[in-house]
Amino acid sequence: MGITQILFWVLSILALLSAILVVISKNPVHSVLWLIAVFIAISGHYILLNAQFLAIVNLIVYAGAIMVLFLFVFMLMNLNSDTEPQKNKWLKIAGVVAGGSLLLVLVAALKQADMKGQLAEMNKGDIGLIKNLGMVLFQDYVVPFEISSVLFLSAMVGVVVIGKKD
Amino acid sequence: MPINYYIFLALALFCIGVAGVLTRRNAIIIFMCIELMLNAVNLLLVAFSKMHQHALAVTNPNAGIDGQLFVFFIMVVAAAEVSVGLAIIVMMYRNTHSIDVNFLNRLKH
Repeated sequence: MGITQILFWVLSILALLSAILVVISKNPVHSVLWLIAVFIAISGHYILLNAQFLAIVNLIVYAGAIMVLFLFVFMLMNLNSDTEPQKNKWLKIAGVVAGGSLLLVLVAALKQADMKGQLAEMNKGDIGLIKNLGMVLFQDYVVPFEISSVLFLSAMVGVVVIGKKD
Repeated sequence: MPINYYIFLALALFCIGVAGVLTRRNAIIIFMCIELMLNAVNLLLVAFSKMHQHALAVTNPNAGIDGQLFVFFIMVVAAAEVSVGLAIIVMMYRNTHSIDVNFLNRLKH
């Protein structure tokens, strides 16, 4: 078992544990911090897959910008403690059972799939580098790129309109 | 790594996100679980892109690069979605002084 496999298992266990802790933490700020741990683990997976541009964008955009936005909203609302009333225990159990059975069905469906010899190449290949991604982005995908800028503009206008005090 | 491991890891992350959406009442935590599900899909897309690169690298050196660009666009859309969603949640908190999603059932009436 090489260093790559060991890193894969460590990052997978870190991601799964942090994801479970996101769901079960009582304090919402702890949930945000555990979600940042999930994003760091997923960025580690991207680095293992040699998708370096996506790894750094994931860190900057998700773990940096979006999670800071969540944290700011939590601090503005000042609901640090257990403000979530636990009324119905059965609804919780039903949610966990529903999620678990979705996992069970998907795993049972995909366990028999013929994926032998299909390897996700690690530590090699240069399609994840900034140069190649940029060439394809600005040659083949330039129209969606521009449309996404329009999407951002409309999102900004929408946020200002929604957040305005009236 | 075999692609199975990535598929099952992404499935587990996605289902943890689904269970979180179904069990929690806090609107922002539900939103964070949706982000978790988006990230599971992103991880799976990158793994599949590397799988296609491994399989088709001889004929096409750029095989699989579309998957990573899709992940890039998903991140763009997710950033816009988070800003609008958090603005809606802040407005809801300003009106009801709570972010419990059960308070929103008055939308029915």
